[in-house]
Amino acid sequence: MAEIVPYSHVLILAAILFAMGAGCAITRRNLIMILIGVEVMLSASGLAFVGASLRWGQLDGQAFVIFIMAVAASEVAVGLALIVYSQRRTGSVNADDYDLMKG
Amino acid sequence: MSLYAVIFYVLAVTVVTTTALAVTRRNLMHAIVFLVFSFFGTALLLYLLGAPFLAMLEVVIYAGAIMVLFLFIVMMLEIRPDTGSLGDYARQWLPALLLAGTAWLIMFLLILLESGRRFLLPLSTASPLVFGRFLFQKYWLGVEIASFLLFVALVGGLYLGRGDDTPGD
Repeated sequence: MAEIVPYSHVLILAAILFAMGAGCAITRRNLIMILIGVEVMLSASGLAFVGASLRWGQLDGQAFVIFIMAVAASEVAVGLALIVYSQRRTGSVNADDYDLMKG
Repeated sequence: MSLYAVIFYVLAVTVVTTTALAVTRRNLMHAIVFLVFSFFGTALLLYLLGAPFLAMLEVVIYAGAIMVLFLFIVMMLEIRPDTGSLGDYARQWLPALLLAGTAWLIMFLLILLESGRRFLLPLSTASPLVFGRFLFQKYWLGVEIASFLLFVALVGGLYLGRGDDTPGD
């Protein structure tokens, strides 16, 4: 039977992607870039789930990716609606401009 | 090194490169286009790891629906590209590096401690038929809850997106 790569390589790839998504979500100030960072993190976790599913020969990991995708889709829909709403109210999508409560 | 390993590493390098380019772009449009390529690479990786149905969903949902939604919003809001350089974010770089670095370190340690990390992944595929049967036999309640979540998200999106209200009410 043909073999692909050691299991750890899939996990390391997923970890690199997840860290990049986390860095993007923390560093950027544009709300849309923050959402993009969260999307990258969710996609990376899905990759790790599929790798684990192949590692143990169980389909549960792949089933969870379906749920991750549902959560990602609903998160991005509500998140973008919130961004449009706050852009309408404040005229900005920059997280630093929301300083109404600043003393 | 088998042909499959070569394909895996090529795809991995592609995905990491395009994602790195995407998260560092100042122009949102460029970031989104790079991210589409990244999701296409991830879909091919999922196909290689034996999940053809999920690979198709990754293309349809991530690279298709979600990225097009981002594109629409970027075009609708007429967001100007960031004028400042990435160096302007220096204030946030330390916490970002600290948090992402810590997370990466812990994940790497866990991967190193995993006893089966040298396990060579076999080449096997879960056909969509088998996967669908499994999903609806074991996780039918989860699927129902996911559909309900999507419905709630739809209502929330419609409520937040309605345009004829005055702010503050």
